Amino acid sequence: MSEIASGYLVAYFFWLTISFGCLGILMIQHLTGGHWGFGIRRPLESAAKTLPLMLVLFIPIIALSYDIYPWTHAEDAAHLGDKAKYYLNMPFFTGRAIGYFLLWTAMAFILSKWSLEQDKTNSVDSAIDVAQKCRNISGPGILICALTITLASFDWIMSLDPHWYSTIFGILTIGGCLLNSFAFMIIILSQIGNREGMKGYIGSKHFHDLGKLLLACVMLWGYFNLSQLLIIWSGNLPEETIWFIRRRSGGWEYVGPALIALHFAVPFFLLLSRALKKKPTILASVAGFLMVMRLVDLFWLIQPQFNGGVIAPMAVVSTIVSVGVIGAIWLGLFFKFLSGNPLLPVRDPYIQKEAIVHGNH
Amino acid sequence: MTEKTKLYGLMAEFDNPQAIVDATNAAYKAGYRKMDAYSPFPIEELQEALHFHTRVQYIVLVAGIIGALLGYGLQYWTSAVDYPINIGGRPYNSWVSFIPITFELTILIGAFSGAIGMILLNGLPQPYHPVFNVPRFSMASSDRFFLCIESEDSKFDRRATAEFLKSLNAAEVTEVEP
Repeated sequence: MSEIASGYLVAYFFWLTISFGCLGILMIQHLTGGHWGFGIRRPLESAAKTLPLMLVLFIPIIALSYDIYPWTHAEDAAHLGDKAKYYLNMPFFTGRAIGYFLLWTAMAFILSKWSLEQDKTNSVDSAIDVAQKCRNISGPGILICALTITLASFDWIMSLDPHWYSTIFGILTIGGCLLNSFAFMIIILSQIGNREGMKGYIGSKHFHDLGKLLLACVMLWGYFNLSQLLIIWSGNLPEETIWFIRRRSGGWEYVGPALIALHFAVPFFLLLSRALKKKPTILASVAGFLMVMRLVDLFWLIQPQFNGGVIAPMAVVSTIVSVGVIGAIWLGLFFKFLSGNPLLPVRDPYIQKEAIVHGNH
Repeated sequence: MTEKTKLYGLMAEFDNPQAIVDATNAAYKAGYRKMDAYSPFPIEELQEALHFHTRVQYIVLVAGIIGALLGYGLQYWTSAVDYPINIGGRPYNSWVSFIPITFELTILIGAFSGAIGMILLNGLPQPYHPVFNVPRFSMASSDRFFLCIESEDSKFDRRATAEFLKSLNAAEVTEVEP
């Protein structure tokens, strides 16, 4: 049972990082502005609005928690003492999860609602008012998101080994969310960039910008992972090194170096090329490759905790099947949201200026 | 009409960024290659219009790789070859802890080479440049834009090129003394 449950957890987290990451990027681009954000705003909103679905899909994790989380076992909980009594217990765990999702869902739907209201405004002043409203919620929103995803990553992944801790784990998860979401957005934009309503607005410049952000996320991923390894390597404490020692046998000793090469080095050098970043189809294939590596990375984070620390074929199958099943539902909902509204925030006070500047090209 | 003195080139003056981008595009289309544009602020499209490609990134790439090898080599040699010390049972070639210094030296040498390479590729230091013979050229650092077609260009012709530049709605076309 733990093979199937752990595979589901990997797949669940893979799609959750896109839903959540898109909410984060949506807030960032409301705050920073910039032309890179306008083409992907509607896809970001649609992806963020799948968060209620992720709450529903969290039910199997709660149902299977006995097979997933060791702290649900009485003897482990007794060993953990106060940590289990006050934090790692099922009622509080479930309550926290619901709390995170309520906050995320509320922000996603409010931002999307306002953005659609902006489409109906008929003066620049009222459009600017809406943009200001979105900005006002995004500032505190980013703070709330960063804190809640940190706790969520502790709850859902780090607590798989309740005795191990890494204080950088939350940031590591945020980096993964951003990378996965930017990769997904590049693929989506490369598919819909030529659609009616987008044509003429989306050019190689946007893909260049998104490619640069993707490169930044790849470097961020490498930086955070090295930081974690470096601190644990320097400290050399048994309760911390166990996490890496567990990943040095059972087939995992090949996954780690493969991640360094394929999740960091290869995409890093590919994305250095300016010409590559400006070609939508090639950039989208690099992005697709990175999404596969995200899945491998999550597998590497979660799976060594299960099945005696050996890569179990059943867990691989379960992961792939779960990614497909959750993905079908997730993408169905995503495209339903996306197709229901104009593909570009046409009344955005800033995109209009850009359209005039680029109108004669 | 005789051409006794050889000119450095012909300079056209424009009063807005779009005009100089359009003029540069037109000049490139007309076959002019040896030309340069001067603007008070960076214009991304102008670089494309001139088909200007810098080579500074290759200098930085090579220098960065040299920096990485130097950084790692320095630590490897000191900790594993010249004076090996057992630190907490870690291997002599303790690659994880070598990475920060390797990274720093990559950036340091890459950045220095980038800055110095840029200056050298720009032909600096250069105490004299003919474009300053045009009195109005000083306005290139306030609010005017200049396109200079150099006489080295194979298509350059004193009269035809001047006519061509005037046809691009240049505010003024001046001959640049060498």
